[in-house]
Amino acid sequence: MNKWGNLALVLMLGAGLALSGCGGGNNTGNTGNTGGNTAATNAPASSPETSGTAQDTLILGRGGDSASLDPAIVTDGESLKIAHQVFDSLLEYKPGTSEVQASLADSWEVTPDGLSYTFKLHPGVKFHDGTDFNAEAVVFNFQRWSDPASEYKFEGDSFDYYDSMFGPDGSRVIKEVKAVDESTVQFVLNQPQAPFLQNIAMTTFGIASPAAVKEKKENFKNEPVGTGPFVFKEWKRNDSITLDKNTAYWKEGLPKLNKVIVRSIPDNSARFTALQNGEIDLMEDLSPDDLSTLESNSALTKIERPPFNVAYLGFNFKKKPFDNVKVRQALSHAVNKQEIIDAFFAGQAQPAVNPMPPSLWGYNDSVKDYEYDLDKAKALLAEAGYPDGLPDPVTLYAMPVSRPYMPDGKKVAEAIQAEWEKIGVKTVIESPEWATYLDDTKAGEKDDIFMLGWTGDNGDPDNFLYTLLDKDAIPGNNRAFYVNEELHTLLTGAQKETDQDKRSELYKQAQEMIKADAPWIPLVHTTPLLAGKANLKGFVPGPTGTEYYSEIYFE
Amino acid sequence: MNSYLIKRVMVLFPVLIGMTLIVFSIIHAIPGDPAETILGQKATEQSKQALRNQLGLDKPWLQQYFNYMGDLVRGDLGTSIRTKTPIAKEIVPYLAATLELTAASMLFATFVGVNAGILSAWRQNSWFDYTAMIIALIGVSMPIFWLGLMEQLLFALKLHWLPSIGRMDQRNPVETITNLYVLDTILAGRWDQLWTVIKHLILPSIALGTIPMAIIARMTRSSMLEVMNSDYIRTAKAKGMSQFLVVYKHALKNALIPVLTVIGLQTGALLGGAVLTETIFAWPGVGRYIFEAISSRDYPVIQTGILIIAFIFVLINLLVDLLYAAIDPRINYK
Repeated sequence: MNKWGNLALVLMLGAGLALSGCGGGNNTGNTGNTGGNTAATNAPASSPETSGTAQDTLILGRGGDSASLDPAIVTDGESLKIAHQVFDSLLEYKPGTSEVQASLADSWEVTPDGLSYTFKLHPGVKFHDGTDFNAEAVVFNFQRWSDPASEYKFEGDSFDYYDSMFGPDGSRVIKEVKAVDESTVQFVLNQPQAPFLQNIAMTTFGIASPAAVKEKKENFKNEPVGTGPFVFKEWKRNDSITLDKNTAYWKEGLPKLNKVIVRSIPDNSARFTALQNGEIDLMEDLSPDDLSTLESNSALTKIERPPFNVAYLGFNFKKKPFDNVKVRQALSHAVNKQEIIDAFFAGQAQPAVNPMPPSLWGYNDSVKDYEYDLDKAKALLAEAGYPDGLPDPVTLYAMPVSRPYMPDGKKVAEAIQAEWEKIGVKTVIESPEWATYLDDTKAGEKDDIFMLGWTGDNGDPDNFLYTLLDKDAIPGNNRAFYVNEELHTLLTGAQKETDQDKRSELYKQAQEMIKADAPWIPLVHTTPLLAGKANLKGFVPGPTGTEYYSEIYFE
Repeated sequence: MNSYLIKRVMVLFPVLIGMTLIVFSIIHAIPGDPAETILGQKATEQSKQALRNQLGLDKPWLQQYFNYMGDLVRGDLGTSIRTKTPIAKEIVPYLAATLELTAASMLFATFVGVNAGILSAWRQNSWFDYTAMIIALIGVSMPIFWLGLMEQLLFALKLHWLPSIGRMDQRNPVETITNLYVLDTILAGRWDQLWTVIKHLILPSIALGTIPMAIIARMTRSSMLEVMNSDYIRTAKAKGMSQFLVVYKHALKNALIPVLTVIGLQTGALLGGAVLTETIFAWPGVGRYIFEAISSRDYPVIQTGILIIAFIFVLINLLVDLLYAAIDPRINYK
């Protein structure tokens, strides 16, 4: 004991000396490193993999992990991103847009009454487990989603997107899905649904292998099997998801990569460090603050996701005086959107006029925004009966979390607070924790004005206007408690209209109506930023936040 | 000794039950509708109601608690709402990741802290003493977040010595056996990977271990100083014993007792306090697991996660107390 004890102590002493010396060195290194920041960013991203032959593995860094790998039971974007690689839907969005094109279904026919859709399926497609993709498989999936008593609806699962896109049980849009023959499937609807094809193309309606669902049961959400370009390999929760190339993929020549590894790296700046250090090849959600560093590094490239979102301030109609349109208009005139964009978005945003992004069809160009004019704002307040500004301080809810449409809600709120102060409106900014925030704004008891946003799920205006501003969305996403019967008639009418030109016209009218009522101050449509290695090619960012990795390759 | 062990273990039960009660009440005091948070803004009212039923959130508080305890007794740790996977199964890799990180951090903290403390006491008021104690002071007050980011900037981005995130090189993945990667690579005989795994451990364990290192260093120093002034050390010195032996053989043994307590407490604290480090270094540990559960109101995960950590904490304390008794036979527990 004594001998060993002594030996251990001597060893401990020696190593301790070495390490404590090292510790001192660390500190000097660290303190001197604030100035080292710029030097570091100029260092090339060195990675052994980039030299020699072209790389065939992609490592993507993102902020969060998937909740589940079965797209039918999730509503979060992170889960859908992975599902998009493993599953194909009947239709898909053309890369980089929200336009619908053929995928597992080669072609489709619609009856004039809009009540029946017949899809011709692509022949010879196989699921990753080797079973055949056919009309029966499509029927199986839609039955699984629509039948509340389905034996393949496992404990705790709910098919939320199916319910919200095709109506909850009891008022389903889809009456029946029939396999006409091996490669023909027919959808019979209870009522026409204008965005039907847009909905069918969503990742959440990716077709799963019936054999795999039956065999894996509850475990299917951890081991998904589809027909997509990549085959699921491994999921280390909160760490990484590994996907292998589907060598038998039905789209010829795809995917170009051999392997995709998606890592969860929650901290934005750590993710950017990892990219610069060559540990990852592509990252999502770059902070606007890091944009200049990125642009000065020639080994990296900036990737912009098309703006398909809106950030806004909503007025709570339950609270006085925000039920008064003059007050809402006055405050609308007192927000300098361009200044906010310059200050907090590094220019990666455009001022929002309407509640939906301009890239979406049906967008009304002729709607004029309430221009930034403090005198007009004061005059309107006076007209509303408040010549000296509002008597009580206004509670402004500012988002406590960063979202693609709003990287830093509190700072933006402070800027708006300063503007409103000038017209005699005092604001108290509150930022409760996110869950409470959503709860409070939904109840509408505590907030006077709140900040929130939305990213489109599919390429249809309905998903912005009806979802966020119709009276049907109370309680829920219409947190302004804005009720306009005329608008309601218009929006529900547009849902049943199948002629897209006519629908477009209806949505344009709706936007005018909303502008006049000013239930929101639409703030910005942002361009979310991604960054990748300069030699990464073929990545086309999708507006809804999902895209195929199948076209990506390295030069 | 044995009766002491039994007594100490018996005390665990009321402690653990008390803990479940506290954790349960705190979690249910958090505002916010869990159904809305869990299912997201885009979920339908119907499925939210279904989830509330499933979770029993519509039942009275006390009934919810007893149901939960009943499940626990039956060995059912619950199912995560977000991932719909049994927690007992899900938590293992997270726990392993955190244990590995905590162990590495404490190894660093103890090694550096104890030795720096001894040397400072031995050479009291020397330049080494001053430097070490200044570093310790800085170390105690260093924000982990900042330290972690600075480490990444210097050692990963600027010098390219060490990887900045994760537990391993994703391009050369480790075969998981026990989920403790250091052990796994040794078991598989992959020495190249062992080195990679250790490299991944260095930055996060320094970030996490700096505060305990500083606390241990200061504790060791003051405890050593006290012992060094005692009569038996003076006697040893007077007998002409070499200084090295006096310090490391005679003094250390007694000085280590309070240090041991600190080490135990710090280890427990690290287990739960690893959230920041795990976030910066994308370390898939239990801290982040619970943190994410909190922000998505995954009640079962929060409850079970905190309970497991608390349980380990209690175990570590038990271990420390037992070591205490082993080191110092004078301590009479009867």
